[in-house]
Amino acid sequence: MIKYIASRLILMVGILFGVLTITFFLGRVLPASPTNLILGDRPTAEQILRAEEELGLNKPLLTQYGLYLGQVARGDLGTSLRTSVPVIVEIRNRMGATIELTTLAIIIVIIIGIPLGVLSAVKQNSWLDNLARAGAVGGVAIPAFLLAMILQIIFYGQLNWLPLQGRLDSEILLDVKFPRTTGLFLIDTLMAGEWGAFKSAVLHLILPTLTLAIVTLASVTRITRNMMVEVLGEEYIRTAFAYGVPKRSIYYRHALKATLIPMMTVIGLTYGILLGGSVVVEFLFDWPGLGGFLVLSIVQNDFPAVLGTTLFLAATYLGINLIVDLLYFVVDPRLKTQ
Amino acid sequence: MNANLSAFVAEPVSAGFWLRARAFAVHNKLFVVGIVIFSIILLASVFAQWIVPYAPTKISFADKLLPPSLDHFMGTDKFGRDIFSRVLVGGQTSMMVGAFVTFLAIAIGAPIGVLSGYFGGWVDAALMRFSDIFLAFPPLLLPISIVAALGPGLNNAMIALAISWFPWYARIARGAVMRVREELYVDAARAMGVSHFRIMIRHITPNSLTPIIVQGSMDFGFTILAAASLSFIGLGARPPTIEWGLMAASSRTQFLEHWWTALCPGFAIFLTVLAVNLIGDGLRDVLDPKHGISE
Repeated sequence: MIKYIASRLILMVGILFGVLTITFFLGRVLPASPTNLILGDRPTAEQILRAEEELGLNKPLLTQYGLYLGQVARGDLGTSLRTSVPVIVEIRNRMGATIELTTLAIIIVIIIGIPLGVLSAVKQNSWLDNLARAGAVGGVAIPAFLLAMILQIIFYGQLNWLPLQGRLDSEILLDVKFPRTTGLFLIDTLMAGEWGAFKSAVLHLILPTLTLAIVTLASVTRITRNMMVEVLGEEYIRTAFAYGVPKRSIYYRHALKATLIPMMTVIGLTYGILLGGSVVVEFLFDWPGLGGFLVLSIVQNDFPAVLGTTLFLAATYLGINLIVDLLYFVVDPRLKTQ
Repeated sequence: MNANLSAFVAEPVSAGFWLRARAFAVHNKLFVVGIVIFSIILLASVFAQWIVPYAPTKISFADKLLPPSLDHFMGTDKFGRDIFSRVLVGGQTSMMVGAFVTFLAIAIGAPIGVLSGYFGGWVDAALMRFSDIFLAFPPLLLPISIVAALGPGLNNAMIALAISWFPWYARIARGAVMRVREELYVDAARAMGVSHFRIMIRHITPNSLTPIIVQGSMDFGFTILAAASLSFIGLGARPPTIEWGLMAASSRTQFLEHWWTALCPGFAIFLTVLAVNLIGDGLRDVLDPKHGISE
């Protein structure tokens, strides 16, 4: 078991190393000029040279790569060219917003998507199944931004029930001070006893969370249904039916148990879909998380920020899938003996 | 074979084909719906130049932000351009993106998969670990970071999408090749001294194409969706290119009061991707018997 974890960790570091290498060298394929960001529109030749020297861009590519690797190994992701704040600090400040959004979305997806997929498989070709399948086919075809804009038109533009974007009302952001201990505003505002801010945080979360959840829900329902259908076709399930074991007990005790492992895999992968989707959603809802930060950094050619954020998001995704893999051991005792 | 005989033989075969096609269409209504919608969109965008009621780039501030009417089916945008005309022309971009990205991803992925599956051993291990790096990214994040590296723009977005999609084709091709590799006819070719290259091109690849085609038809839609999302966040197409995601993005300042500026191009994407996915699902049911009934 420990050996397994160790080998997985080594593999993970290897993959992250690859991720880093690929993004680093791709970024240098084109002679892009990150110096523009610091120098403004029309820099003189000397200014460019000086800036390139400061950023280390005049060194040979391999030297730059080696230096960057050394930096990362020491836990230093460099300094954002756009904000002049260390990238690691930027990530720490924005991480909470993304975690809050994706966690709530994944909870909704798990609570709705998985039971819906199971029910749909158990009652194949019923109206519920057909509805769920139609929803799944339609759901994967909806662009996240279209859904978000529809929700904004209805709940902000027409009904004015929910705020358009951001994490808090601007008055609250200016007037109410609460410690950002966790970075999750729902928890931070509660701990500070700021009810007004808490309410505002909840209202701001509804639309982005809903967008992210609905977009992801379709594929989760679909995968869960297909897995459950597969399990229900297994010999031992048919045997159980033949023995006259009550249906309820077959579904919940035998079939569902067998889907636990693939289900956990799905949740791990879903987190990846959510991380990717959060980029668009954060951009659209002006959500101060990592996704929005990444887009802004890309558009402005802020390469330390782009490299750092990409690395962090990939590491998060790999880390979550590692945890999922380790949970297999908890769920399936057979694996321990291997 | 003389002409008479071939006519005699051909007829029952084609009749059988049409019978089977009809039976298939009855059982797969959604597939037919997908084909119909997709054909309409495809034709409309191919012949857009001749159909459009207005020039898609014609600016007319007197007509700006008009709601949908008989004159302008989908209204006009903030520059007074006819949205219906722009949606039609934007279809060309999306179709081109879908076809190009899918093709490029297959062109990169399939050879890697074939090599990997055919030779096995360290070739396989090396190529597959290489693809694994690309699979380690959360979806959509990989194209975003490649675009970050190459710089925003539609061409770069397409390259980025192809690079992030190719590992799936490598995996699928590898799996298919490994099934075919041990077939008797491959052994026979090998025994006759046919070169590795020729075996891969002539014997293995044609027989492992099915799963790649199925996957390609499913991905065509996702590619269009992903490209539109990239354009929407400012990393894909840029003006003056007419693209659906870009149209939705440029409506951001006024879509709350003028819903049609965002929803019309948005629904065009939805409808196209939906149609393509329905076709993909249907193709998979026919070509990939493993899924068939359970789907």
